[in-house]
Amino acid sequence: MNIKKITTILLAGIILTLTACYPENFNQTTFHPYGPVAERQLDIFWLILIGGIVVFLLVEGILIYSALKFRRKKDSPLPKQIHGNHKLEIVWTVIPGIVVLIFSILSINTLMYAADVPKDAEGNLGNHKSLHAIGHQWWFEFRYPHPNDDSQQVVLANEVYIPVGIPVRIELDTVDVIHSFWVPKLAGKVDMVPKPKDRNGVKDNNYMWFEASEPGIYFGQCAEFCGASHANMKFKIIAVTPSEYDAWLMTQIEPAAEWPDPLAKEGADVFKSAGCSGCHSLKPVAKIGSKGRLGPNLTHVASRTHLAAGMLNNTISLNTTTINDAYLQENLRDWITNPASIKPGNLMSAQATVYTDPDKALTESQISALIAYLTTLK
Amino acid sequence: MTLFPIQISIPSIPRPVKPTGLWSWLTTIDHKRIGILYGVTAFILFLSGGIEATLMRLQLSGPELDLVSAEVYNQLFTMHGTTMIFLAIMPMGAAFFNFIIPLQIGARDVAFPRLNAFSYWTFLAGAIMLKLSWIGGATNAGWFGYAPLTSVSQNPGTGIDFWIISLQILGVASLAAAFNFIVTIINMRAPGMHMMRLPVFIWMSFITAILLVLAFPVITVALIELTLDRYYDFNFFNVANGGSVVLWQHLFWVFGHPEVYILILPAMGIVSEVLPVFSRKPLFGYSTIVLAGAIIAFMGWMVWSHHMFTVGLGPAANAIFTITTMLIAVPTGIKVFNWLATIWGGSIKLNTPMLFSLGFIAMFLIGGISGVMHAVSASDAQQQDTYFIPAHIHYAVFGGAIMALMSGVHYWFQKTTGKMFGEILGKFHFWTLMLGQNLTFFPMHFVGLEGMPRRIYTYAEGMGWDLWNGVSTFGVFILIISFLAFMLNVIKSWKSGPIAPADPWDARTLEWSIPSPAPEYNFSEIPQVKALDDWWVTKQENPDIEVPDALENHSIHLPQPSYWPFVTALGILIAAYGVVFNDLLVPYLIAGIGTLVTFIGVYSWSLEPVNDPDEHTSH
Repeated sequence: MNIKKITTILLAGIILTLTACYPENFNQTTFHPYGPVAERQLDIFWLILIGGIVVFLLVEGILIYSALKFRRKKDSPLPKQIHGNHKLEIVWTVIPGIVVLIFSILSINTLMYAADVPKDAEGNLGNHKSLHAIGHQWWFEFRYPHPNDDSQQVVLANEVYIPVGIPVRIELDTVDVIHSFWVPKLAGKVDMVPKPKDRNGVKDNNYMWFEASEPGIYFGQCAEFCGASHANMKFKIIAVTPSEYDAWLMTQIEPAAEWPDPLAKEGADVFKSAGCSGCHSLKPVAKIGSKGRLGPNLTHVASRTHLAAGMLNNTISLNTTTINDAYLQENLRDWITNPASIKPGNLMSAQATVYTDPDKALTESQISALIAYLTTLK
Repeated sequence: MTLFPIQISIPSIPRPVKPTGLWSWLTTIDHKRIGILYGVTAFILFLSGGIEATLMRLQLSGPELDLVSAEVYNQLFTMHGTTMIFLAIMPMGAAFFNFIIPLQIGARDVAFPRLNAFSYWTFLAGAIMLKLSWIGGATNAGWFGYAPLTSVSQNPGTGIDFWIISLQILGVASLAAAFNFIVTIINMRAPGMHMMRLPVFIWMSFITAILLVLAFPVITVALIELTLDRYYDFNFFNVANGGSVVLWQHLFWVFGHPEVYILILPAMGIVSEVLPVFSRKPLFGYSTIVLAGAIIAFMGWMVWSHHMFTVGLGPAANAIFTITTMLIAVPTGIKVFNWLATIWGGSIKLNTPMLFSLGFIAMFLIGGISGVMHAVSASDAQQQDTYFIPAHIHYAVFGGAIMALMSGVHYWFQKTTGKMFGEILGKFHFWTLMLGQNLTFFPMHFVGLEGMPRRIYTYAEGMGWDLWNGVSTFGVFILIISFLAFMLNVIKSWKSGPIAPADPWDARTLEWSIPSPAPEYNFSEIPQVKALDDWWVTKQENPDIEVPDALENHSIHLPQPSYWPFVTALGILIAAYGVVFNDLLVPYLIAGIGTLVTFIGVYSWSLEPVNDPDEHTSH
């Protein structure tokens, strides 16, 4: 065998081993990006990791070698007393200095790229979809521009659809504390920071952008500590083809179709009489900039793949968007019966009278009616 | 001669004289005893922080476990962070400053011995305040206490108030100590020990003290603003009324980043002492290492926003802070390379102090590399607030600071107790510590990169986090075994270890030129310093030199014990406890009593008589 062959086999072996060891495609892994922003951020990570491994091997190698090689023996003479060497010290000042500067400059490229949607030839933001994400303790509200009415927004919660291959620019806001919006497979996080309004009533909100390169379900989670249920604040981004996206958006501007089921009708009355409607809107649209209600919008709650911001799954597996009604009803029952056990500290269990006042607690039949009604909100 | 005629008419309590027993410890102003107090207290608090961490790790050992509630978990990580930084590692550093600084510069005590005692007792008061908050709900907004989670509307309980007051008290303790050390190092050096003959540990202590003096006022101001917000409805951090929550982050990290160097520079100082001794070579590039330490401390002020890369300061700010943060890797790298050059070609003896110092370099390096990874804001966007960051900070602060502090304990134990420290248990402690910390902290890199946010009390199955979290928790048990071995070793060696010679390591600095344990008076004669590593040079010139035995009876004048530092600190503790419950009558009374006690303490302190009949001025 010649050297070329050996090298080829060695290289193939190394690549195979690395592929085998490559982290699996878990739901929130940063190792499997599905969009240009996350991809570029991963590239920078690999670049620095390789540099880091070189430094690691060099330093740990010298350290271990010295500790073994220069061990003191009984007859070891006093070693040469060297107080320093300026030339050497200049070398290990200048070389690392140059390396970190190169890394910095390379990374600034990615930083600028990730900062905003790529510009078109005229210097304006290129083709993109805009949407609003608003952090609440502990769920996410999403608002889309209304496709037919410039003064309105479509209001959703915890789950949004985006078109594949089109940049999405998200304005990030919060109604209470700092949250952080993070979908690891699409882009690194940006915080949702409470900001004061300026004289014109406008807030200088943070924003971010990303683009999904493939249809799929992308998992997100709040990344900034935001109080008791910080761990229970998740969301999903569902990427579909642009035509599916347009069709989906048209369904979202209409209220759910009414079902002539008597139990559901009873549930609709409970929804009003028990005070649910005080915090949960059933209107799919709202005026731009209007302050939403306290709780998530429930207009199409039965079409969402999960309840309580990612805590309860309504689908058989995490990779499908097809709702299983039995799961949905069971989840609704769990949530309505004891929300504090699923999301400690949540506002509903702390403030809604059906939970705080034992006299007004929902009866079994009321709960069943409510579930029947909510299940119709497709 | 009396300075103030009024002094005559004031009845004053004579100074305490008992040389042993509880009172002698409460009233001691001997820097060595205060150093031991600091060390033992800090270690106990380190254990309490460790228990908090163990509970968290048990909760996270598998998905969806229910050992502690969400609320308790949030209190646990807040207390763990605050405890380890302010109550464990900082005071452990202070223990070494206290014990070592006078010995290494050839002084008989620090510049202000009573202020030194006051620093310790005030530190203890702050520690008690923080730990007391477990009664009735500890602080739960993270050690970084981001607004608006600390506002009254988000956090109506007293946990946050305990945290604020405790940090304020600890600030007083740290500032008093820092000024004391600065003055000591500038003014109390033995003749001939000019600044460039100071041991590196002294240099790093000096730089740390300067950082403390500059950094603590920032957090003090931020905490005062937060107190005003909470007690008197001010609006510093209230966005609805025009305040800014990002202001808190800037103030906190302008303090918080130099704080990291406050934790690590003493560690670097210890390692710079140990490596040359056990390699029998001088430190490679003494002046470069000193300069690199100073540059790190200086640049530490220009990098705080790298904690805020995801806050939305804009790409320009993020780019600038990326570059400054990357550049700080250069002086850190210089230190590492100089340490390697120190051991290269040496005559290395792998005693426990040396093992821990080498372990420090090996572990701290990993923390340094992961630090560079999130110094780059583009890749930090994926790492910020994930478990990757706890992995980094623990390699820097546990693998870094704790390893070096352990090196220091093994190195100077003989000088403290006069007994040799058990090598076998020491080596067991070292290897289990290496194994345990890598098992505990290395997997955190993986789960972080696989998208596990930090500060979550539970997680769902199937995210790829289960296995590594389990490994992490397993590592904790090895760490527990390791520290049990350490404690056993301390007790055993202190009680029945072999008598230590004055200079067991054939070391280089002045503390080894006096008997072990260091006598009360330190130096029977103040040494004349003629070189860097003076004791080593002396031994080279005169190989037969012997350290004289400690004097049985001596007439060396030493600062005398005092009740008042303790009383003053006690008053602060009482007053602080009252201040926390700010809206009730009884707490106001308690606060009043505490203030009175403090006032009496300060007053008596300033007029305290001197027992020594030959002395006419007070200290």
